[in-house]
Amino acid sequence: MIKHYEISGTDFANGGEASSDFKTVLKKLGVPMDVIRKVSIAMYEAEINTIIHGHGGTCDAEIMPDRVVITFKDSGPGIKDIDLAMQEGYSTATDQIRELGFGAGMGLPNIKKYTDDMQIETSEGKGTTVILTIKL
Amino acid sequence: MKVSDLQKDLGLEVLTSKDYEDREITGCYIGDLLSWVMGRAKAGDAWITIMSNVNIAAVASLADVACVILAEGVKPDAGVAEKADSQGIIIFSSGKTSYELASLISKAL
Ligand SMILES: Nc1ncnc2c1ncn2[C@@H]1O[C@H](COP(=O)(O)OP(=O)(O)OP(=O)(O)O)[C@@H](O)[C@H]1O
Ligand SMILES: [Mg+2]
Repeated sequence: MIKHYEISGTDFANGGEASSDFKTVLKKLGVPMDVIRKVSIAMYEAEINTIIHGHGGTCDAEIMPDRVVITFKDSGPGIKDIDLAMQEGYSTATDQIRELGFGAGMGLPNIKKYTDDMQIETSEGKGTTVILTIKL
Repeated sequence: MKVSDLQKDLGLEVLTSKDYEDREITGCYIGDLLSWVMGRAKAGDAWITIMSNVNIAAVASLADVACVILAEGVKPDAGVAEKADSQGIIIFSSGKTSYELASLISKAL
């Protein structure tokens, strides 16, 4: 089963709609709470990045018998240096976004921590695709 | 301790509709940077913060904390309580500092 979400690039006050909806889907399927929590945290961080850094995009969340695979795609500025972006504390978030509580530079490290696999494909000026895999 | 006991013991003001599962509080986390909370808070924690915007509802729900306590008399922005209600999240408010709240929770747990 695949759920498709459009991620708005402007509505960052209300970010997390896709993650919240997918959480409900997993709950209905009877997925254990600790697994749902891992998926929710990783997905939320990727969703917020798609909004604030990628200026919006799409999300496809697929549930397979043994795992969940979630793909976020945006056509934003891309990530220049992935190793740097993965470091705890590194952030290019603006002051306006920091005022909302984002920009600690912990999102990508959190995704790494709560997934079994994380792939980033990015190209400067063209966009970023982040693929998260969590085992069920 | 249960969320309802915490509310009574600490005299917390309830900002959301209270009709949710009366969860067991198993710990406490203090923080305002959302991805720190996402990464470090544990399921079942009482989350103490002074961050008042609508994103706290999604964070609280997805990180699966037991409740949110706005410290230092902070009031939530417009729409936060409604959003929290839609996600089944309980938000309290208190005039106490984060330190006072955490030390009271520590004694009660
Ligand atoms: N989809 C994306 N497109 C462009 N740049 C991105 C994208 N995702 C992440 N980045 C870059 O990587 C940096 C680190 O991301 P990370 O999620 O770890 O931290 P943050 O989003 O800045 O802050 P936090 O997640 O703690 O709120 C970002 O500041 C940004 O420069
Ligand atoms: Mg981030």
